[in-house]
Parts: sequence; C-alpha cells; structure tokens
Amino acid sequence: MRLPCPHCGERGNEEFVYLGSADPVRPADPNAPLQAWIDYVFLRDNPAGSNRELWHHTYGCRSWIVVTRDTRTHEILGAAPARSLPSSASSTASK
Amino acid sequence: MTSPSKHQSQPFRLTSGGLIDRAAAIPFMFDGREYYGYPGDTLASALLANGVHLVGRSFKYHRPRGILYAGPEEPNALVELRTGARREPNTRATVAELYSGLVANSQNRWPSLAFDLMAINGLAAPIFPAGFYYKTFMWPAAFWEKVYEPLIRRAAGLGRAAREPDPDKYERSHLFCDVLVVGSGPAGLTAALAAARSGARVVLCEQDFRLGGHLLANREEIDGKAALDWVCEVEQELTAEKKVRVLRRTTVFGIYDHGICGAVERVSDHLAEPPPFTVRQRYWKIAARRIIVATGAIERPIVFPKNDRPGIMMASAVRTYIERFAVLPGRHAVVFMTDDSGWQTVEALQRAGASIAAVVDPRTEASAFARHGTDAPLFVGATITGTRGRLRLSSVTVKDRQGREHEIVADLLAMAGGWDPVLHLTSHLGHKPKWDERILAFVPGDLPAHIDVTGAAAGRFGLDTALKDGARAGSEAARSLGLQTTYKSPPTSAAPPSSSQAPSWSVAKRSAKSFVDFQNDVTAADIALAAREGYRSVEHAKRYTTLGMATDQGKSSGVNGLAILADVTGRTIAETGTTTFRPPYTPVAIGAIAGRDVGKAFRPTRLTPTHEWASEQNAVFVEVGQWLRAQWYPKLGETDWRESVNREVRTVRSAVGVCDVSTLGKIEVIGPDAERLLDFVYANTISTLKVGRMRYGLMLREDGHVLDDGTVSRIGEHRFFLTTGTGHADQVLRHLEFCHQVLKPSLDVSIVPVTERWAQLAVAGPRSRELVAKIVDGFDLSTSNFPHLSVAEITICGGIPARLYRVSFSGELGYEIGVPADYGDALIRCLAREGEPLGLAPYGTEALAVLRIEKGFPAAGELNGQTTTRDLGLERLLSTKKDYVGRALQQLPAFNEPDRPVLVSFAPVNRSDVLRAGSHFLDLGAAPRIENDLGYMTSAVYSPTFGHYIGLGLLKRGKERIGERVRAYDPVRNGDVVVEIGPPCRYDPEGELARA
Amino acid sequence: MRYSLGALIRNAFSGHTRWQPAWRDPEPKPQYDTIIIGGGGHGLATAYYLAKEHGITDVAVLEKSYIGSGNVGRNTTIIRSNYLLPPNTAFYEWSLKLWEGLEQDLNFNAMVSQRGVLNLYHSDAQRDAFARRGNAMRLNGVDAELLDREQVRELVPLLDFDNARFPIKGGLLQRRGGTVRHDAVAWGFARGADQRGVDIIQNCEVTGIRIENGKVVGVETTRGYIRAKRVGIAVAGNSSRVAAMAGLRLPIESHVLQAFVSEGIKPHIDMVVTFGAGHFYISQSDKGGLVFGGDIDGYNSYAQRGNLPIVEDVMSCAVALFPSISRVRYLRQWGGIMDMTMDGSPIIDRTPIEGLFLNAGWCYGGFKATPASGWCFAHTIATGTPHRLNSGFRLDRFATGHVIDEGGKGAVPNLH
Repeated sequence: MRLPCPHCGERGNEEFVYLGSADPVRPADPNAPLQAWIDYVFLRDNPAGSNRELWHHTYGCRSWIVVTRDTRTHEILGAAPARSLPSSASSTASK
Repeated sequence: MTSPSKHQSQPFRLTSGGLIDRAAAIPFMFDGREYYGYPGDTLASALLANGVHLVGRSFKYHRPRGILYAGPEEPNALVELRTGARREPNTRATVAELYSGLVANSQNRWPSLAFDLMAINGLAAPIFPAGFYYKTFMWPAAFWEKVYEPLIRRAAGLGRAAREPDPDKYERSHLFCDVLVVGSGPAGLTAALAAARSGARVVLCEQDFRLGGHLLANREEIDGKAALDWVCEVEQELTAEKKVRVLRRTTVFGIYDHGICGAVERVSDHLAEPPPFTVRQRYWKIAARRIIVATGAIERPIVFPKNDRPGIMMASAVRTYIERFAVLPGRHAVVFMTDDSGWQTVEALQRAGASIAAVVDPRTEASAFARHGTDAPLFVGATITGTRGRLRLSSVTVKDRQGREHEIVADLLAMAGGWDPVLHLTSHLGHKPKWDERILAFVPGDLPAHIDVTGAAAGRFGLDTALKDGARAGSEAARSLGLQTTYKSPPTSAAPPSSSQAPSWSVAKRSAKSFVDFQNDVTAADIALAAREGYRSVEHAKRYTTLGMATDQGKSSGVNGLAILADVTGRTIAETGTTTFRPPYTPVAIGAIAGRDVGKAFRPTRLTPTHEWASEQNAVFVEVGQWLRAQWYPKLGETDWRESVNREVRTVRSAVGVCDVSTLGKIEVIGPDAERLLDFVYANTISTLKVGRMRYGLMLREDGHVLDDGTVSRIGEHRFFLTTGTGHADQVLRHLEFCHQVLKPSLDVSIVPVTERWAQLAVAGPRSRELVAKIVDGFDLSTSNFPHLSVAEITICGGIPARLYRVSFSGELGYEIGVPADYGDALIRCLAREGEPLGLAPYGTEALAVLRIEKGFPAAGELNGQTTTRDLGLERLLSTKKDYVGRALQQLPAFNEPDRPVLVSFAPVNRSDVLRAGSHFLDLGAAPRIENDLGYMTSAVYSPTFGHYIGLGLLKRGKERIGERVRAYDPVRNGDVVVEIGPPCRYDPEGELARA
Repeated sequence: MRYSLGALIRNAFSGHTRWQPAWRDPEPKPQYDTIIIGGGGHGLATAYYLAKEHGITDVAVLEKSYIGSGNVGRNTTIIRSNYLLPPNTAFYEWSLKLWEGLEQDLNFNAMVSQRGVLNLYHSDAQRDAFARRGNAMRLNGVDAELLDREQVRELVPLLDFDNARFPIKGGLLQRRGGTVRHDAVAWGFARGADQRGVDIIQNCEVTGIRIENGKVVGVETTRGYIRAKRVGIAVAGNSSRVAAMAGLRLPIESHVLQAFVSEGIKPHIDMVVTFGAGHFYISQSDKGGLVFGGDIDGYNSYAQRGNLPIVEDVMSCAVALFPSISRVRYLRQWGGIMDMTMDGSPIIDRTPIEGLFLNAGWCYGGFKATPASGWCFAHTIATGTPHRLNSGFRLDRFATGHVIDEGGKGAVPNLH
C-alpha cells in the first residue's frame, strides 16, 4: 500500500503504524458516564467501506494522520494531519 | 574444451538454427550421467537434445513423466538442481538455464527414475481415488501419528530441500516508475516503446533471459522482416533510453495495492554460483503509476486417456524446442489439435525433418485444413483414446470419425488445446476473471484505472493484434499521466489472424487415467467423483481433489478442470466460476524476499555508547530488544557468572558501581504547554514539579492498565526530560505524540525523541558522590544543594556539557550522568580511571536487576501490560484532581476486586532453595489445580545482600498475607519451594540511603 | 454411507460411482427452531453439537457462499491449548480433547496430527514468561514441557543454532498440539450435522435479522425470509456487519492475516515451531508444503489479501529461523479476515436481544477452537446460558474490566 502523508507525500505503508478508527471521540468530561468511556475505548463500527482511521508516520515525519480508506478495496479517499482536524469536542460525536 | 564428438552426443539437436551458442558445448549431469548442451539452452532443451524425455515422477501415482511445456508453467519436469547447501528442490527444467557443470537429479522416486517402486501406488489407484484419505486411516486412532502419517509424509513431498544454510545472498531493492510493462512479447514490446517515447519512466520485466515471448518460438515476420530482428531493434532502443530499465530474468510475481508490484530478478541463477559480491536473486519492490500486463497466454492441454506419458508435449512447446533451441523432441509425431495453432507445429516439425504420423482434430469443420499442405494422415472429427509406452510414448490410438481405432506408432504427441490468457496478475487485487464465450476462455475482469492488459493476456490473440494493442496500451498509459507519445504507427504483421478458440476438449470426462492436473495426478474421474459427493463448488472440487494445488497452481489444469466440473454438474463454465489466482505468479524463493534481513542481520543491532569499552572489559552481552547490553563483567578468576554478579552487587552496595543506562527511552517535551500535556499523559501530577527537580512518573493506557514508568525531570520552565523503560521507548513516544496531536492538538508543545542523543551512565553506591565530585566542574553535590531527585545542567571534565540527575534505581546514593552520545566512551573511561581508587566496578543488567528487586522496584516483569496501579501498589500516585489517560476506566469493577494479585516479595523458607520467575503460588497443602492458583513470581534473583534468593510476585491478597508462607510451584522446571511473603521492598525500606 | 477402507475397496468395483453426497443440498424451509448464520467451521460445529449433544435437529446453517469458504480454509492448521489465562486454557484444552476424538466421532479423517507445538524462547525473561504459561497449563492439567537449547536441537535440528541474531535458548513444548487438515474439518462437521438432520444451505446470504419486541423472530436472506426461534451468529470476518443487522456494535476490528505455503518438499520440519524473536509460525503439511505465517497486516480490512511489508517480515523470520529453507520457494499466499477483539480473546455469549447469540472475535485463534467453540456455542444456544467453559468469553467483559489479555497489549486490536 501507498499512503499519502500530507507532509511527506506518498509513502509505503511500512513507514506507518496503524492505530484504528479515528471516529471514537474521547469524552471531554472526565466525569462523563462510564458507558461513554467504555464505548470510546472498546466499541468500533468496523465498517466495510469508507473508514476514517489513524496512522502514525513513524518512519517519516512522525505525524498522526487521518486517512479515509475503503476497507474492501483499500482505495484512499483522503488524508489529513490529525492535529488539523476539528478538536474532539466539536467533531461528530457518538453514533 | 569442445570436441566434435561432444557436439554429436546431442542426437536430437538440429544441425542449424536456434538461439543457442554452438561455439562451445557445455557439460551437465542429470541423474549421475554426463550430457552436453549449449549456452542458450534450458535444462529441458538440453535433455531433449540428448533424447532424454523421462525426467520426473508424478506426486501421487509416481507415473513416469516427461517435459510438457517450455516455460514456467511446467507441471512435470521438476528436478533437484545443484547439490549440497545449494540444492533446490522442484526446479522446473524448462526455466533452468544451462550452465557448464550444472547438476540436476530427478526427485520423488526410489530407487531410480526408470524403476520407481513407489509406482505401486498406481496399481492401488482404483481404491485411492480423490479424497480417499478422508475416508480411511481412522482406526485405531493412535495409528495416525505412528503408522499412517509417517508413511504418507515419506511418500509425499517432491524434492528434498538442502539441510544446510543457504550460502548465497539476496537483496531487496526499490524501483519507482511511471509505467511498468510485464512481459516482452509483441504486445509488451510495443507497449514499452510507446510509453518510452512519451518520456515516461518505464520498467520492462521479462521472466525469460531473452526478450520476445512467443516470438522466440515462432517463425514470423514483423514489418516485413524476421520477428527476432525486430525484437533486437526494439531491445536496442529501449536499452539505450535512459529512463527505461529492462529487467530480464525478472518475474513480476504479484500486484499489490496502490501500484506496488513484487518482482524477483534471478541475477546469478544461470551461473554455477554467484560471482563474488553478487547476489543470487534480487527482490524488486516496484511502485508503478501504471501497470501494463502483457503476459501472453498458456496453451491448454487436452484431456484424454493416458495423456501423461513422456513424449506427450504441448504443441507450442514442440515449436519452442525446435525454433528456439534447435531440438527435435521426436521423430514420429502425432499432432492432436482443437485449435488451429497446432498447424504451426505441424509445419515446424516438418521443417525440422520429423515425420508427421497423424494429425488428429476432433472438430468436424475442417476449414483450416485447406491452408496447410501435408502428406500426413488427417483424422478429422477424430479423437485420441489411448497411448502406449512405459517410459516413453510408443504409440497413439486414434478413434476416427467412424469409430474405428487406429494404433499409430509415434514417439511424440503434440497437444494443441487452445489458449488461456495469463491473467493471474490482474486478479491479485481481487478482480475476478470473466468467462468470455467469444474466445472460450477467461479474460481479465474489470480492472482499476492504473492497470491495463494487452495482447493475448487480454484474450486479444494474433500477432498483428498484439502489436497494435500493446502500442495502444503504452500510449494510453502515457496519456493518462499527461504525456504524449511520439510512437505513431505500430508495426504490422501479415501472419494469419488467429482462428477462433476451441472449447476445452475432454475426450473422456470420467476416465480414471485422463489426467487434468498432471503433477497432482488429478483425473477427470476424480473431478466427477468430487461432484458426485457434493463438492460441486469449484473451490470444494479443487480442495477435495487437489486440482490446481501443485507447484504450477493450475496454470495447465485450471480451465480443463472447470470445464469437466461444469459438464458433470450440468452448469456452464461461467456459472461454475473459477478459483482465485493469488501471488506469487510462479513460486518465489523464500530467501529472495527475506533479502539481507537474515542471520545476524535479521534485526538491527543497537550498541550502547560504552559498548567498545565494555568489550575491552570482556563484558558478556545480552539482547535487550534490539540492544546489546553488558550483562555482567567477569573478572579474572571468576568461574561462574553468579560470582561476577554477586561481586558487582556488593560493590554497588559497599563502594560504587557504574552502569550504562543509555538504552532507556529518552524524550524531551518542550513548550509552554508541556506541563499540561504531561499532566494528561501521566497518572500522577507533573505540573507541580519545580525546575531542577525530577520525579517518578507513571503512565497508563486508556483501558486503565499500566503502560510504563520512568522519570520526569524539569530542566527548565518549559522543558522536561522523560525516561521510559527500554522496551517501551517506541511505544511511549508514539503515545505521547498521539496524546498531543490527536487528543490535545491545541497544546503548544514539541516532543523530541533523544534516546540516541545522550549517553547516560548510572553511578551508584555509597561512594558515588566522591566519584562524581571528581569529574564535575566545581558543582556542589551536597544534599543541601543537590538533594535526591534533583537535576542540573552542568559541565564535567573541564567543560563537557552534561546533565546530572540524582536518582537511584539501586536504593543507594546514586547519580545518572548524561553526556552527548559521542562523549559516552570518554566518560566511561574517565569514570573507570577516577573510580579505581574508590573500588569502582562496572555492573551489568544482571546486577541491575538484583539491586532493583532488592528494592522492590517494578520493571518489565511487573509492567507486563496486564497489571494495574493497584496490583503494583502504586495506587497512591493516581491523581484525583485532573483528567489523565486511563483515569476513567479505573472505575471498572474488575480493577477494584479485593482478590486481585498484588505485588509482594518472597524469600525461600529453606534459604538454600532456588526461586524462579514464572512459578505459580499455591497455598501450602493445596492441590496443584488452577482453581487454587494464587498468582505468580514475576522476577527472581539470588541476592548476595541477603544471602539467599528473593523474588517479586503478584499474589492474591498478598498485602494481607505478609509473613505467611505459600508454595512457589514450578512443575515445568521441577520446582516446588515453600516461600515466605514479604513487603515488596526488602532493602532500606525507608529509602534513607538514597537520600543521604 | 460409512467411510472405511472396506467401503473404498467395495466402491472400487463400481468405479466409485455409488458414493453419495457428503451432505444434502436442501431448499430452505420457511421456519427452523434454530438458525446458525455462517457455514464455516464454527457454525457447522455448532449445528453438529446442537444435534448431537442437545437433540436439536430442526436447524439450518445458512452460508452465503460455499461451506468452509472463510477462515476454516485459510489458516495455518495449528491446534494447541498452550494458553496462559484461565478462561483460555480450559477452553482450548477442551477443544484439544474434542480434536483428539473427532475423526472417529465424525467418521471423517481430518488428519488430526499431534506432532507437537514448540514455542522458542530467546532470553531469560522470555523463558520465565513461558514458564509462567507452562505452569498455568500444568495447573489446568494440560501437558507442557520447558526445554533447554539442547533438547530443542534434538527435536528440530535444522533451526539456526549458530548464527542467529537472537540465539535460541530453549522452548515451551506442547506435545499434544499439532495440525489438522483444515478443509476436512468443515466437511466432516457438515457431513455429521447433515446426517443428524441439519439443513446446510449454501449460497444463502443473510441480509437482515428481524427482531420483534426485543426478540429475534427470523432472518431475511437472499433466498427469502426464514423464521426462527433462535439465531446464532458465527461469521468470522463479518461479525461486525452481521451484528449491525441486529443493531449491535462490537468490540471488534476486522484485519487481514496472510498465510503462505511452499512447494512440497520431503519431510524437513517435524513439528509446529513458533519464533520467539519475531512473529512467525511454521509447520509442514502431510503433502509436504511448509505452511507458515506471521503478523496481521495491521490495518482494518475486508479484502482477503495482504501487502508486501508483512510478506517481507515473514520471509525474513522464516530464513532467520531455518536458514536451510531459503532456497525453498513459496507457492501461494492468501489472506483471511480476522475479527480482532479489544483483548485478543473471543466472545461466545447471548446478546441483549432475546434468542440472538454471538460467536465472534476469534482473532488468530479460531481454527484450533473449532470443536469447542461449536460445543460451547451449542450449549449456550440450547440452554440460553454460557457453559462454564465459555463463561469468561462474555460480551460485557469489557464493561466490567474482566478482559482476557494474554499479551498485555490493551485495547488495540492489531497488537493482539
């Protein structure tokens, strides 16, 4: 696979470390209901199709990036630095 | 070296023609006999030149087999090539280039190829149809491993792998290009030309050692001249073009995501052994923006009774051996064709002087006959119903249109069963091939925009078509990249257009000796049996019969097998579907992909800054992750490692020791929001730390378990220095970057990994202050100025910048000195020199472990990802005043169960007993059953300080049981020791020594 | 027709034309007592044990493709019970016990071969971790031996003992572990279930799960609606998708795991060997192919194929471990979709929806679990309650903190 790092350009996926879905949002309130924390830490949509996911360009610029990728075809639909995205509180929250 | 007699020893070599170098005959050995061939031969062509047809035995019935093809699709002619450590099993004789001194042996036979006792399997064939092993060998149950399986395993397998390490080298290389063209037949060459003339970066890969593809096997004309001359011209142009790279002997074995292709270049396989400093094979990882698959087509065999004898060969292979290698595969030939390309073989055989004993064509429309003049008996609407000859074909039985049988003497039977596009690469990304009724073959399915297929690989047959279609593909690839080709008019060929494909032809769909998959001995009857037993899905039939699972992966058998399965299940081929083609296209040496990452170079070796010095001290090293660390430093006269470690521990406890701790992960966190980030990342509070001070830091995972621990030093108001466990350095750094970039992107912080930038040496022991005082440039080390857990940026040894930490992992008064990594060697030498009068000893990881276990400090054994702060007795560190990673899930019920094992220490009641990490705890007298399991020993060492073993471990309700006794049960090492439970810290529990 | 050598000989006289289909090809009925979604190893085993152990035979197994088309036919065929944590050790040991009598039970030779599973260790710390695991196995009544370097050399002489980057110091051996002919497991369970009256329906994809008043009432399929009182989901590689039909979100990510087979060679490696300094495992099949694999590719995937970085890693591990196989060629690589849970351990449980049961999250470990998974899932469906053996594999364990994390990796599925 080749991933489009927003800083470095297209690079082989061996340069990256994958974390998982970028969708779960960490509760902003540390005293949020326990279930919200459990959902955040453990539950995933795991879609067959477009997936927003976190990759770390470990052997490159060391940026966390959010790649949108089709999990059936691996087609890359977009990539952006994670830190440029709306902060957790304002992004699409619980589903 | 050559002599006329040696040339003459090739009785089936034609007197002229062929792409071989007749100047020098070269010797080779097959099954212990010497033969001669020419440069330019393959092993197969050289064997045929010597009249050797019998080269192998089949997998199941051990039937004698000859050479079927002239390319990598060969299922039969597999040999063990080379000997000793270079022995390669299952090498296809059809692609092994001949070199002087080549040694090959037949395989899977005993005692000899001509007389193979295992052929008895063939006699038992009636009771061993497809899948027989699923129905028997079940009784008695214990017999499987003891009797049946050893017999089966000995009989199974093909060649023997070497039993010594491979002496050759391999390497991985990367290529980036605009257009990758796979295959150098007519379509591939015009595609490469068209792309090259647009200025694109082109890579052309050809699996053969010569460019030309099928042009090498046929006498054809392009633009009015011999096709091979045209190939030479194109080759010259491509080779001269700087942006073009032509890779011969290079098989593109797989297409992966986003234009990545894997290829293997056989750099030295055509030589007896690789020249010095040259690899045997090179694995290319090619990132291509456009891929043009021009891989041609493979001729399909015909399924008829006893179609597997040596001397039965594909018609196209017969042509190749005649035209390319100047070898006559037989003198009396029968040609069995369901496809008009067989006529080219008839012509080639006649030109080469063979007699055509018969031409057999099951088709009744004999239109093609008119074009070809031959004296041979023609059997139209006829089939072949059998063959004879034990080790070589001797006759063929033809059943004519009227049903009469004719036995025709022949030593060669050429089969022309139609063509299957080589579309394997196009389906590696999951694009299923489609059945094309027009050409009665599978063609590539709908492909992504960056992959194109051209020529015969796309089912577009015929030379003229291939030339034009290749040019089209090359031009389109260039255009899609914004380039314009100057390649206007592709060459033309007057060769007759290809006739329509014939359907896959099977004479006897249920015959037990009509072979479909030659190597695995899968017959038409086997496929029918599978369908009868319900294995009707194409995948079931494949897996039940092993059809297409041999080393050729169904290249010769796939479509015939499908056609038979479709027929017996009453479906069309399209309805039946096809199995999946997967990489590699042809088998790839494991070592080629492994490249240089083998042996000692399997993983990088990281050396500490003091490695050289430690080597001089005869240190024994140990792998810690990728690091090599000094484990202990044996002194003259010490006979046992324990003696050395004990001495090192005593030295630290009584004088002073020095230990390289540079492997600790080291990270700087800088910026106005650094303290906010660290408060978030650590479970304890960091922001209250004063400049010049350091503290223990504990990190959790978001799921609440402990991730890592280390120290946090505040170097400046906005500058922190963190250490992590050696094994967690990468993970913690990535975690910090995650917390910053993903969770707290608004914080103004920089995170800088500095592990390699600092050499860090621990100086520990009651006399450590004296030693450090000798090297600091006038820095006041008194506790009042520099108390325990202080940090300072200072200079040492007359101006060398350094950081001094007052910290102890041993429980003694201790310091760590950090200097830029390049000074590490000088620093250890300086400390060694200055420390000598103080009784200094270097200590290694073993002593380090003893010291910390005596203190009850958790390390890797305790921070194993399964433990919580409470388990480790660290819950008092958890801040209640802030959010931090891992805080919320501390509430989960399981984290707060009183029965969780917690950290305590252990000592054997019988002081001479040995403790071992990994032992489990049981109550005295409790049966060794899992329900009585109380926990386990996480670390254990011999403590010279206490004079007996001590251990740390996690024990249920351990804190409440201090002073009690339990069993440390270690059945895998025959250990069973009564131990006394103690508090985690056994040495200076108040910590006064470190603070002194 | 009962399978035996006698039957083969008898059938030889009729040219093997009298063999009957191993399982019927029935049309789906409008209603079943129990529907199992997924005709893989686990689904078929569940149906078999529902019939055999609980007398529930009004059962349909619905398979969207051909039976055994998922991971039961895509694995490296290893069976073992060398687990550390109590819920796993007891469960996998029960699975191994079932494997030990399976062929006679099913009258189908799946070539269960207890040739031994050897985990190599390369450091003192790893030795102690293996000792901890081996001792846990022994406490569970499971066989385990800790071998030193020389004992390992005797068993597997072709390992690299001379030039290894990470020297081999010994190994943890489970002699009762081994390999099984994977496809035969699906076929054997299918035949056994079919003989007990279970309908195995291929090419029947479930497209919806119908729920009324919090209770499952049937499934929509490509071959029509089928009513059922109980529905069990056993669809490794598709668990999240099928569970979503019932509105469930799972602690699962789907990842691709590649596997490899070499050309057939004469016996070279006698037992299953796993590397301790890289993620790699290898054995040799009865046919002679070296069967091996390594880590998952590491990114969510529903495509049954992988990429080259893992291939490179696996091949390096292969040669690092066995320098003599460098010239052996690998013949085929493929991928299977692993439903990776947040703690690396599976789920066999009822769901919040009455009558709906879930068997999922097998990570890499699904094949060896097949018989016990079917056995426990059948028990859970038949009685409505998990069996003692799968009582740890609850869906709500993440919410209570009772995770079963063998590797101590935390809630990052691709690390398990």
